[in-house]
Amino acid sequence: MIGRPGADLAVHCRGLVKRYDGGVVAVDGLDLDVHAGECFGLLGPNGAGKTTTVEILEGLLQPTEGRVEVLGATWAHQGPELRERVGVSLQETHMFERLSVAEILVLFRSFFTKGREPEDVLRVVSLEEKKNAWYEKLSGGQKQRLAVACALIGDPELVFLDEPTTGLDPQSRLQLWDVVESFKRSGRTVVLTTHYMDEAERLCDRVGIIDHGRTIALGTPRELIASLGGQDVIEVTLSRGALDQPAVEALPGVRGVRRVADGFALSVDPLHVALPALIDLLRATGLDLERLATRHATLEDVFVALTGRGLRD
Amino acid sequence: MTERRSALRELTMARLRLFFREPSTVFWAFGFPLLLTVALGVAFRNRPPEPSNVAIEAGPGAERLLSQISSPLVKARIEDAAAAAKALRSGKAALVVVPGEPCTYRYDETRPEARLARILVDDVLQRAAGRPDAFPFADERVAEAGARYIDFLVPGLVGLNLMSSGMWGIGYSIVEMRTKKLVKRLLATPMRKSDFLLSFVLMRALFVAIEVPVLFGFGWIAFGVRVSGSPLLLLGLCFLGAFTFGGIGLLVASRAQNTQTVGGLMNLVMMPMFIASGVFFSTSNFPDGMQPLLRALPLTALNDALRAVVNDGAVASDVGRPMLVLSAWAALSYATALRIFRWL
Repeated sequence: MIGRPGADLAVHCRGLVKRYDGGVVAVDGLDLDVHAGECFGLLGPNGAGKTTTVEILEGLLQPTEGRVEVLGATWAHQGPELRERVGVSLQETHMFERLSVAEILVLFRSFFTKGREPEDVLRVVSLEEKKNAWYEKLSGGQKQRLAVACALIGDPELVFLDEPTTGLDPQSRLQLWDVVESFKRSGRTVVLTTHYMDEAERLCDRVGIIDHGRTIALGTPRELIASLGGQDVIEVTLSRGALDQPAVEALPGVRGVRRVADGFALSVDPLHVALPALIDLLRATGLDLERLATRHATLEDVFVALTGRGLRD
Repeated sequence: MTERRSALRELTMARLRLFFREPSTVFWAFGFPLLLTVALGVAFRNRPPEPSNVAIEAGPGAERLLSQISSPLVKARIEDAAAAAKALRSGKAALVVVPGEPCTYRYDETRPEARLARILVDDVLQRAAGRPDAFPFADERVAEAGARYIDFLVPGLVGLNLMSSGMWGIGYSIVEMRTKKLVKRLLATPMRKSDFLLSFVLMRALFVAIEVPVLFGFGWIAFGVRVSGSPLLLLGLCFLGAFTFGGIGLLVASRAQNTQTVGGLMNLVMMPMFIASGVFFSTSNFPDGMQPLLRALPLTALNDALRAVVNDGAVASDVGRPMLVLSAWAALSYATALRIFRWL
């Protein structure tokens, strides 16, 4: 995928650096390609540089260094035209407290030369019943859906959603996922940031994992999880004693071992080979198990394997 | 072109809706100046003339003197000698009349109200005794409208209101939107920055068209404050004033990152003019050396111009200097504000 930007690239950036006054480096040489029609997730802990990256891609921040092309154009040269083609939902925007949902959408619609009917977008985000309610009366989930509606009102080819579901209850998250999926089905491109693994796995065709302002992994959720070497994880907590790590690594089916807070996490494949071997080893060495659990590997495991830290540490 | 007009219209409509949906801003814009006008108008109203208090010493002929002296201008009472002396000493009576031949006026010559009482009483008694007027005359009583305190006050309060609602209406709103990242959100759309700023100016203009007639209308109905000059010129001056203070509000808001900062900055800018720009009392109370500085302040210029039109019937050419001062402030503010404005 490294090479010249093509018509199939919605976002193409190389060597992105953002250094703030005072020396803080928020983005540190980041490369990224987002294909047209895909949903791309930027995954990373708070402070990893996700929002800074997205705001540079949105043309709201100037990068210190690096090259950015969005829909084959640059913000410096085709800014006004690009604005018509790109929809944005910022992290934590507050709208006008005492305008109604419909008034806010009509206002946003008036900025675009062409776009969707406010009624139509309200239906997409299931806010028809709230169209006359003032913004200040909306719940967190409703405010977030309105923010997404404002991103969709200009009928964009590409939307950026910065942490669209942070702080929402499970039902509101599901509703927003439906909105994103239906937008994606219409062949448009989505770039979203999140620190929820399940969200990225469910919505994103590809994810880029960001830490300290760099992309540390890139691929489909399936590929990234497969890079761990195993689709399943065994979590082991001992009541006393310590696991002999090399001996465990040598067991059949064990692809990786790492320490976690209260024990060890083993990436295994296949599970039905690794698990009996582990039990035998524990029995032979006389160690007492306090807890043993198995689960499917997630993007969280990928992140932990790459950085040694949890996503929400 | 049609989209452009509609975005500006929608932005301006949004500003108007937000204004009228916030009861406190409506109060500060309309209720507060009206209340202030009423309170100050009542406190400093022009009173009818106070009658002179006169004591008549009890004795033969006192009753006759009482009936001759008493009038709306002179309040007379019969007292015994001791009580009359005490009333004179304490100031309850300005004059003691002692009946007899000759009739005696007892008073303190250094007190103006005593001299006034003596003249009034003497005049009444001499006429009653048959003294003719040496020549015919006619009284013409005037209460000069335009010279009362309320006439001074109403234009000053309108000026004050144009300053504070211009600065709060534009400065505070913009910083609040910036704090909420709403300015950033709007800039992530194809909205023109000029439409955004113009919507604030338009909203203020619409608002002045409502506010100014209400305030002057109230001054006229409640206190008879008349606009002696051209109402159109007056409205034009109000637009210029609102535009100027909008620019200063924009300048104050151009870099502020939170509403506390902008609130403090605005008070810093407004407080000196609140006191020194002739809102409640004339700037001539300040030393001569300060006058050029005071006259260069935008609110002084606005108040001077408003008073000239309202009280003295000035025409446009009479208020050229204050209009120039206001225009200079406006040009300077907008030019600087647009140069240093923090959009993101």
